[in-house]
This record gives sequence, structure tokens and C-alpha cells, in this order.
Amino acid sequence: MDFSTRESGTSDRRVLKIGLLIIVVALMGAVVGPALVPFDPSAQDLALRLARPTWHHPFGLDELGRDILARVVAGARVSFLVGLTVVTVSATVGTVLGAIAGYFGGTVDDVISRITDTLLAFPGLLLAIALVAVLGPSLVNVLAALTIIGWVGYARLVRGQVLRAREFDYVQAARALGASRRRILWRHLIPTALPAVVVQATLGMAGAIIGEAALSFLGLGVQPPTPSWGTMLSGGRAHVLDAPHLTLFPGLAIAVLVLGFNFVGDGLRDLTDPKKRS
Amino acid sequence: MARFLLRRLLLTVPVLLGVATLVFSLIHLIPGDPAQVMLGDAAAPEDVAALRQRLGLDHPLYVQYASFLGGLVRGDLGTSLRTEQPVVSAIAERMPATFELALASMAIALLVAIPLGIVAAVNAGTSADHAVTTVALLGISMPNVWLGPLLAIVFSIGLGWFPVSGRGTAAHLVLPAITLGAPLAALLARITRASVIEELRELYVLAARARGVSRSRSILTHAFRNSLIPIVTVLGLQFGSLLTGAVITETIFAWPGVGRLLIQSINFRDYPLVQGCILLIAISYVTMNLLVDVLYGFLDPRIRYE
Repeated sequence: MDFSTRESGTSDRRVLKIGLLIIVVALMGAVVGPALVPFDPSAQDLALRLARPTWHHPFGLDELGRDILARVVAGARVSFLVGLTVVTVSATVGTVLGAIAGYFGGTVDDVISRITDTLLAFPGLLLAIALVAVLGPSLVNVLAALTIIGWVGYARLVRGQVLRAREFDYVQAARALGASRRRILWRHLIPTALPAVVVQATLGMAGAIIGEAALSFLGLGVQPPTPSWGTMLSGGRAHVLDAPHLTLFPGLAIAVLVLGFNFVGDGLRDLTDPKKRS
Repeated sequence: MARFLLRRLLLTVPVLLGVATLVFSLIHLIPGDPAQVMLGDAAAPEDVAALRQRLGLDHPLYVQYASFLGGLVRGDLGTSLRTEQPVVSAIAERMPATFELALASMAIALLVAIPLGIVAAVNAGTSADHAVTTVALLGISMPNVWLGPLLAIVFSIGLGWFPVSGRGTAAHLVLPAITLGAPLAALLARITRASVIEELRELYVLAARARGVSRSRSILTHAFRNSLIPIVTVLGLQFGSLLTGAVITETIFAWPGVGRLLIQSINFRDYPLVQGCILLIAISYVTMNLLVDVLYGFLDPRIRYE
């Protein structure tokens, strides 16, 4: 009998490439798409409201007669803006605080760890919902809320990596050679944690895009008339009976882009995992 | 074991205090005068002053904090601004619906994920495995803000099999439970696959086969049973995420649970109720984490002695 233990599945490099392709196409769509789509995402044609997809309007028109393709393309900009901002700020803050906590230990570690413990006691998006509820719905508040819940994961991850790495021979050697704490932290410890941070950041892009969509869907995120995939889904809710295309296309856009980031995140994790590499 | 339990319980106290402090701070993060924001710009100044007094906002911050913590210990979270109902009883009324939804979605996730995870693990590297891992990743990538309406379009409006909203019969539960359970099913399928693959590599499985134990028995009663620990852990930890996911799912399907109550309270700027819902969901999550840790200590004695 053979219990095959070959692992491939998502670790396949093909999956990584497909993920990258999805992200590149979506990014290009976000950057140059609005110039290519011949309709203004805010232009209304009430006579054609809820019109189904045609050759002229491949994704159809929404409840105010706006071209859904133009709005999906414009919404991609919001999604990338949210993903990139949230991930960049969260990863930077989380990496620095996690590294400081892991390297210095003691009171600094205690303070940072208690803050992360408290923030992690709020599951998923709950704290973001709470923050936006009090700060008021807007894109800036969504960015702030998703960043406040986002940095914690990086801090936890990097703290663990640094705790492990500071016992490595080359770090001990650098210390023995008289390298300063700051140099050891920046030149030796943080770089050791970076591959894991990159994997987390890629998956974090997916999380931030879903988070923005969820908050906007609940009416707590990007406000109309700015096109965002979440607000488009929210607008489509009232028309699931008579115009399902309002729901179909923005949701598909979220799912495909999130899948792309998950493919790349999984692929990178497998590539950086020594067990799987061997 | 008693020491382990005590230590774990003591570790939870500062976290709960942190949660309470953060929830208390929420009302003070409101830009401007919270009482004015809650009543709206058109409110008369005397009404605003009365609300400020009612919520204790005219007292110094430390008095407000002490009174909040005192109320929390007594189970008094104030009253709803809109309905005048005590916050605790408003939440308690909605709690059964949320737990019903969370438990049903967990059951669906387990029923789907465990067989798929085992099939993928036993056939690792084959097209069956590829299919399961790809479907699992699709499930994780599918946002429930889309899956919910999509299921409603196909199964309620298209086929007419299930009601599109509300609560009452088992049929009402199906679509919300699938919407909420799908990402969990995808995650559990991946964990089950990885965990069973690990166990299948162990010598005791080979030894069981050498003793003449059948293939299916060696998989189910040996490898799978030992891979249950990570599955139970993930399941427990994800229960909290289900409670958050419920906020979106309940909104989509007009399911009368705590999540929908939270969004309704946000829309009505009923902040005492918002605070109550957030606090309750966070405390449920912390409690579930605690239970999983304790369960883990029972299942794997090594944890207790660390």
C-alpha cells in the first residue's frame, strides 16, 4: 500500500504564476482601465436603469443607470489603494514593534504584547466595525480601522521570528564582534523575518480588500457616489430579484482578485518553507 | 491540571480588562460631543444635556470608567437609547438566533470539510487532491458579502428552494448557514488535509498496516483520530470569527441575531447598544479561546507541563 505524501496542490508554482497574472491584470485595469472604458463611472442614465448586460454595456447598468464595468474598474482603484495602504503601514509598524518586543524583551515586550493580546481579543473585523461606527463612515476611517487591526498580526509574527533568530550563531557572532543593538536589529534580525512578513503581507492584501468590501457593504466604508466593490454589492442587495447583474460583477471582481493574492501568498509560503522546499 | 487552569484563567483577566477598556473608550472616540452626535444636529440643547447626564458623560473620565466596569461586573450595560430596553436583555433576546446560525454553519463546515480533507490527504498529489485544495482556496477567497446574495439569487429566487430572508423554519437556516460556514469549511478542509498527511507519515500507521489493519481503518481510527487536535483547535478559534461573520450574514439574510442588532444600532447611533454588542462578541471570543486552550491541555498533556 502506498500512502503518497507528495504535496503539491496549491504549492504548485503554476498557481503562483496564475495568482501573479491575476494581480498584474487587475492592477493594469485599475491604472489604465478608466481611460479605456468609454463611460464615466458616475454618469447616470435613469432611462436605462437596471438594464441588463449588452455589447454596449457588457456588465449592464446599475440602479441609477451607471455603467457597471466603468464602476468595477474604478472600484479596483479603491481596492488597491486600501490594500496597499493598509498592508504597507500595518507591516511596517507591526514589524518594527514586533522586532523591538522580541529583541529587547522585559517591560517593552510586556507592554507591546498586552496591547496585541487585547486587540487580538476582537475577532476579525469586529474592532474595525466598532471603530468606523464611532469615527464615522469614510475611506480614511476604513484605512485607519483596518490598519489598527492589521499591524497586530505582523507584530506577533516578527516577535516570534526575532526571539528565535537572536539565538542564531551569526547573531551571537555579530554581538561578540561588538555590533550595536540597532545594527543587530536592522541588519540581522529584521531581514530574517522578512520572508514571513512578505507572505503575510500578500495574504493581508486579500484580507484588506475583503475588509473594505465588507465595511462598505455594511454602509460603514466608502460612501456613494465613489465606486467601491462593497458599496456596489450593497446597492445590488435591493435588486437581487430584478437585476442580479448588479451583484454578480462586483462580487466576481472581489473574489478573483482575492483569489489572486491568496494564490501568490500560498505559493510564496510554500517557496519559503524549508520543509516543503526539501 | 489545576495549576494549568488557574494560570490560564489569570492570563485571561488582563485581556478582558483590555477589551472592556477599549469598548469603554469607543464612545470617547466619537468626534465632537457624543451626546450631540447620538441625537443629531437638530436636537435641542436641553435634550443633549439630559442625554449627557443620563450617560454620565458630565462626570470625570475616571468616574465614568469605574462606573462602566462596575456596571459590567453587575451585568448592567445601560439601556438602549432608542427602545429604552436594558442593553443586556436586548442582546440576550438576539443571542439564540446568532448561536443557532453559528452552530449550524459549524456543522455544515465539518460535514463538508472533514471528508474532503481526508480524501485529499490520502490521495495527496493526485488530481482529487488538486481539486480539493483549489476548491478550498476558492472557498477562502469567496467573500460572504458576495456568496450570500449569490446563493439567494440561485436557490431562493431562481429555484425557489429556500426563503430569502428571516428566521423560523429549518429552511430559513440553510442559506445563511452555508454563507457563514463556507470559508470555515475551506479552512478546515486545508487543516484536515495537512494534518492527516502529517499523521500518515508516522510509523505507527505503517505498523498498524503491518499488523494487518485495513487501509480504511488505519486512516480513520489511527491517522484521523490523531489529527483531530489541530482541527478542534481551529474549530474553536474560528467560532469567534463566525460571530463576526454573522454580522455580515445576518445583514444579508435579515437574520434577527446580535450581528444585525449591532448594525441596526450603529445606524441609529444607539451607542450603548453598540458597545454592548461589541463587548459581548469579544467576550464570547475570549471565552471560546480559553475553552479551546483548556481542551487542548486535556487532549495533549504535554501542553500542561510547558
